[in-house]
Amino acid sequence: MAEVGGPGERPFPPGDYPLVVVGSGPGAIQVSYCLKRLGVDHAVLSRDPAPGGMFRRFPFFQRLLSWTKPYAPVRRGERAFERYDWNSLLARGGDDTPIADDQAVMVDLMDGTSEFPSRPEMEAGIAEFARRTGVVVRFGCTWESTTREEGPDGVRFILHTSDGTYRARVLVFAVGVAQAWQPDTPGMDLVAHYVDTRPAADYAGKRLFIIGKQNSGFELANGLLSYAQRIILASPRPARTSVETNSLVGIRARYVQPVEDHIMASGVYILNAAIERVEAVERGFVVHTRGSTDGSPLPVEADAVIAATGFTAPLLDLPALGVATFGQSRLPAMTDFWESATVPGIYFAGTIMQGAKGPLKYGIPSNSGAVHGARYNARILARHIAEQHFDGGPARPPVPPDGVAAYLAREAFEAPELWNQKGYLARVLTLDDAAPGGRRRRAAGGVWRDDGILPLAHFADAGGPDAAAITVEGDQAGVIRPALYIRRRGVVTERLLDPHPLHAFASAEYRAAIVTALAGLGGAS
Amino acid sequence: MQERGSGVQGGELRDELARLALFADLEGAQLEAVAHIFEEAWYPAGTRVVRQGFAGSGFYVILDGEVNVVVDGQPRARLVRGDFFGEAAILLGESPIADIVADGPLRVLHLAGQDLRSFLLAYPRVTYRVLVDQTRRLRNANQWRR
Repeated sequence: MAEVGGPGERPFPPGDYPLVVVGSGPGAIQVSYCLKRLGVDHAVLSRDPAPGGMFRRFPFFQRLLSWTKPYAPVRRGERAFERYDWNSLLARGGDDTPIADDQAVMVDLMDGTSEFPSRPEMEAGIAEFARRTGVVVRFGCTWESTTREEGPDGVRFILHTSDGTYRARVLVFAVGVAQAWQPDTPGMDLVAHYVDTRPAADYAGKRLFIIGKQNSGFELANGLLSYAQRIILASPRPARTSVETNSLVGIRARYVQPVEDHIMASGVYILNAAIERVEAVERGFVVHTRGSTDGSPLPVEADAVIAATGFTAPLLDLPALGVATFGQSRLPAMTDFWESATVPGIYFAGTIMQGAKGPLKYGIPSNSGAVHGARYNARILARHIAEQHFDGGPARPPVPPDGVAAYLAREAFEAPELWNQKGYLARVLTLDDAAPGGRRRRAAGGVWRDDGILPLAHFADAGGPDAAAITVEGDQAGVIRPALYIRRRGVVTERLLDPHPLHAFASAEYRAAIVTALAGLGGAS
Repeated sequence: MQERGSGVQGGELRDELARLALFADLEGAQLEAVAHIFEEAWYPAGTRVVRQGFAGSGFYVILDGEVNVVVDGQPRARLVRGDFFGEAAILLGESPIADIVADGPLRVLHLAGQDLRSFLLAYPRVTYRVLVDQTRRLRNANQWRR
């Protein structure tokens, strides 16, 4: 790694690097670790003074939504434990290497009072992971603008920073989706955004109006229930809870108390209404709303108004460089491997990865907007970059044909990548006819190669030799089942396996179902 | 932030919806609500947005770009800005019988399949537009067969 000089020197001085990562939140730290593990030389720059990204400040009420369970059915640090630990960054390569102290770091740092870590615990966990794994960042170095130049060996990007100029052929931006966004509704500039919420005691006895009905709005409402005299949450779309959607879409169970208070009519009101304008008056504000269904106007007086209206990705001048964006969050348009769809060589890591939608089966999005999803994407991204730009990447080990079904069933049972990114990531095994004697050995079961964990959308659409991929999917009714995708002569078909009440997908019954589904495909058994 | 949209959109998308035939009969507050019900998505050229034979597909409205309707590898139709797709499989409770493939960069609105019924019931003017369009497609298909 091209990093530090002597003691006290800051790493990664301005200059030329093969790759530059921008950011120091969990996304940047994770992708840097994965790149380092694959031997891809790179610099990491961050404007912050320490690791943590958004967790250095948020969530506002200092408690995360994602769990790390101290007691789980599997041993701490085992690969399968990651299903129960959504917050630790990933050490090792996703294989069954011996357990080491750089795995499941968060468990060490939590005080045991909750399975949801506090914000300071999460911040400490990210820093501790970086320390234990040797991830190095140049802190206090602010990315200010971006240009590119054509050279004899192709395009190079130039990052202009507060410390000087960096050149690289490949850039990875892991700058989060935590920049405040407010709609252009008249008067919205008069009110505070979620990020500017004042200490809870400041709202004691106040009539509070929260614009927005997603988790940030309900987090504030939940935290301020014992302070505000009245809380109104309003936006046009009806609020739905994660329990109703059978997914992480919707208000998380942690923040449902305001919903119950609304139902019980105890001072919380949840309105389905458009916000037409906000007006400042002598005693505070009047929020002018209009009902979403009947169109009736309803002006509401409030002492305080908070816009929990969402967040955008701070991409600075990347759109001017040609990076296409979409949606309210201004996420970049991306390929299945999180590369800008319009400016090759620019990649994204961390929560920005939610821009690559994947199959969206049953309308359920990926978990790429959270650490427990983005951390697996980072591992795939690092491998993709190593293979595409640096002639590197991990080996793709063979799988004996008589072990294919058992391997796929085992993955459906315990692979954390498949459970934490349901219907988005898949374990892919490919029949390798190019291997020595590959085609000749088809009659004897063929030569199977483990292509690792890949985006399911890529497997479904990229074409290639005969192959099988397994993932875990949840549908709109909350039924979780393994899903097998089989590619024969370029055509991919879907085979949904039966659900199991205890998700025991590694049994002989499932292995037999997989063997049947793969019949004629190399002879896997 | 671990959040999937704020539940509040800018007026930009609402104004864009107002210019599409599918939503042309809706008024201000209804357009605002529709802008919040759908999610926006962007796909590179060549992406199969809907996959033939895959369960759990959604309903889509094209905001920018064009798609090809492909059955068993054969192109059958082309849809453009303002067109919609995915509703047939959802309404019939079956897997899609065609691939819908982005022909160039594609920006769409997406609605989960399970939410389509309640949406169509809540917005009968949109449902009427869907019905008219489906009738036109059926007529064209019949003419093509003759």
